[in-house]
Amino acid sequence: MDLEYGPDYDVFRKQVRAFIEAHSHLAPPSSDRAARPSSKAVEWQKLLIEHGYTARTIPQEYGGFGAEPDILQSRIIAGEFARARVSGGLSNQGISMFVPTLLELGTEEQKLRWIEPTLKGDVVWCQGYSEPGAGSDLANLKTRAHIENGEFVVNGQKIWTSTAKHADMIFCLVRTEPDAPKHGGISYLIFSMDTPGIEVRPLKTMTGHAEFNEVFFTDVRVPLDQIVGQRGQGWFVANATLGHERGMLGDPDALENRLQALIALMQEEHLGQGRAIDNPVLRDRLVALQAEVAAMKYNGMRILSNSLRGEPGGMAKLIVKLQSCELAHQISALAIDAIGELGILYHNSPREREGGAWQWNYMFQLGLIIGGGTAQIQKNIIAERGLEMPREPKLAKISDAAKATADMPRHKQGSA
Amino acid sequence: MDFGLSKDQQMLRDAVARCLADTCPLDHVRECAERDNPLSDKVLRAVQDLGIPGMLVPEEHGGLGMTLLDAAIVAEQLAYAVAPVPFLASHVLAPITLSEAGSEEQKAHWLPKIASGEARIGVAISETIEVRDGAGVSSAAGKLNGTALFAIDFEGADAFIVADSGGRLHLVGAKASGLKAIALTTIDRTRCVGELRFDGAEAEPLADDRGATVARLRAAGRVILAADSLGAGQAMIEKAVDYAGQREQFGRLIGSFQAVKHMCAEMAARHEPCRSLVWYAAHAFDAVPKEASLVACHAKSHTGEVHRFVARTSTEVHGGMGFTDLIGLHYWFKRIGFDRQVLGGPETVRAEAAALQGWIKAA
Repeated sequence: MDLEYGPDYDVFRKQVRAFIEAHSHLAPPSSDRAARPSSKAVEWQKLLIEHGYTARTIPQEYGGFGAEPDILQSRIIAGEFARARVSGGLSNQGISMFVPTLLELGTEEQKLRWIEPTLKGDVVWCQGYSEPGAGSDLANLKTRAHIENGEFVVNGQKIWTSTAKHADMIFCLVRTEPDAPKHGGISYLIFSMDTPGIEVRPLKTMTGHAEFNEVFFTDVRVPLDQIVGQRGQGWFVANATLGHERGMLGDPDALENRLQALIALMQEEHLGQGRAIDNPVLRDRLVALQAEVAAMKYNGMRILSNSLRGEPGGMAKLIVKLQSCELAHQISALAIDAIGELGILYHNSPREREGGAWQWNYMFQLGLIIGGGTAQIQKNIIAERGLEMPREPKLAKISDAAKATADMPRHKQGSA
Repeated sequence: MDFGLSKDQQMLRDAVARCLADTCPLDHVRECAERDNPLSDKVLRAVQDLGIPGMLVPEEHGGLGMTLLDAAIVAEQLAYAVAPVPFLASHVLAPITLSEAGSEEQKAHWLPKIASGEARIGVAISETIEVRDGAGVSSAAGKLNGTALFAIDFEGADAFIVADSGGRLHLVGAKASGLKAIALTTIDRTRCVGELRFDGAEAEPLADDRGATVARLRAAGRVILAADSLGAGQAMIEKAVDYAGQREQFGRLIGSFQAVKHMCAEMAARHEPCRSLVWYAAHAFDAVPKEASLVACHAKSHTGEVHRFVARTSTEVHGGMGFTDLIGLHYWFKRIGFDRQVLGGPETVRAEAAALQGWIKAA
């Protein structure tokens, strides 16, 4: 057990801290992932790239900083920006998912054309994966693209497309080989959101906001070369990025910051006679969550050490998305309980706390538990990959059984 | 930067695991549990051959001078094998107490004997955490009066380290006149606790440091109990997964049903981060003393909660068999139950964690 990063890294950490102290007044307020980046956010992003605090390991010819990959340096940067609660740069799906995909699987021409403007916030992307009939079973997607006059012609519908309203471009999974097996007939296309035939409808969620959209495609014409990987390889290409999304949803710094905000809230807010933190039941729940956040923090350090040694993350990594999303949700739940009846205030109400952020988080984090691989899918992965438990029997057998029981009488609620 | 076990620590873990797999199969645990004194001489000898009693004894007193993380690794393996041997008090808390608060004479007398396995010392500090049934020990002029409950590693102890109600520590011989020692029977037949009744029993004082050593003992004890819980929980998860991979119902392995699979996944998902928390808490005890008490509280309370869930869920995955004595799953269930309560249940420990952070106003 050695928790020291070493003198070189200590120097690096001091540099990062000094940079943040000197420049944080230029940083935009916490980033809104659903909106187009403000000019302040774009300027900040450019400054961060210049100093190597974001896009650090992306080669310079693609607009990055061009440093050698160094897990500890990346960790120090993430940790210091989180600690200072200063934006660590743009974090949208173009940067977190599309750029890594292109770096791995794009052509040289695609890399040169797209990575730099994406990193700098000049081109905003949205992700067209999920469909109404393809959620957990993503490979069941039905949006199709046939070839006509040397172009793909896309028809279908996507859902859960955050940033679609503001996006310039979409990276999109479509079925190009309808006769191929489920996972083998998919292609990964990229095209402009200005292409005729695209309609974006905001998808209002339980939070009252439209953090997502639905996107409809009617005869959307896409040049044949706007594809990443080969035709029919889209499933493989997409899986290269899903890992990035799952990693993103389990950030221990984010949990730590939410917990610190909760502690501050419970020390400030009064409930009856004393502060919220003076209530022994609420305080007990707070300490229980603090222990869990600590466990996830050290679990994260263990994963970090595994990757430094070139070892797989194993079970420690498989559980991160499930546990972190649940924990974040519970932190918000306690915050609402800690402010009692004030906890229901929302929609810019008088006496609302922190702009209704706790209620918004409480609802939105339920979305994160469901999105990016539902909790139930995560449990399947933990059980089957982590614990090597037996897989579900073949689907054919189940559908035969379903047919056999289809005509059986059903008990309905309310029927005698 | 390396968060994890060193090569030596991995070797230690594997050596203890192999030793216990050879000497401490479940049939042996069962045999021991049915006796009045459930401790296993055979397993104790094997553990002594590995040098475990001297792990935390400084080298100048014939021990190995190892760390609490090393001890936590051993605790995890002892629980994994539900080994009926003394450890927490005799091999961890007693050497820590004597090293940190003993006189030179006390160290010279006891530490080599602890290291060789010649002497064992039980530890009674429960009243510094929570007083039950009016217990409590007072000390005056070298004599102890009152009652100490839950003396750990009670059976076969040659002496006891006892905290009085002012948090001062005393060393009293097991055969001292004025001491009546009464065994308490617990759910867990693999470890022994007892009650010490003092009526003017003569005791040697240990350094009076206003409760500082007692606080260290609470932290070390909680880390070791958390590590124990981790090992027992690991065994229960593995057993549930194995059982679900063998048992068939409705023509399928029950492990292929999502209802069962998800129970196992939930156990693993809650259990796995506990490992890192326990490692860090053990590391902090030696390397980051200012964090040690708080993170020990977190490790103790959190593993207490998680492994209660694991204990009941693993039992449920085993269906009716889990509930029987036949497969002996209950030995781990009870070990986890013991780990949760001793040295403070989760609520008590969380209240202490809150107080350590200044979140509870002085009454």
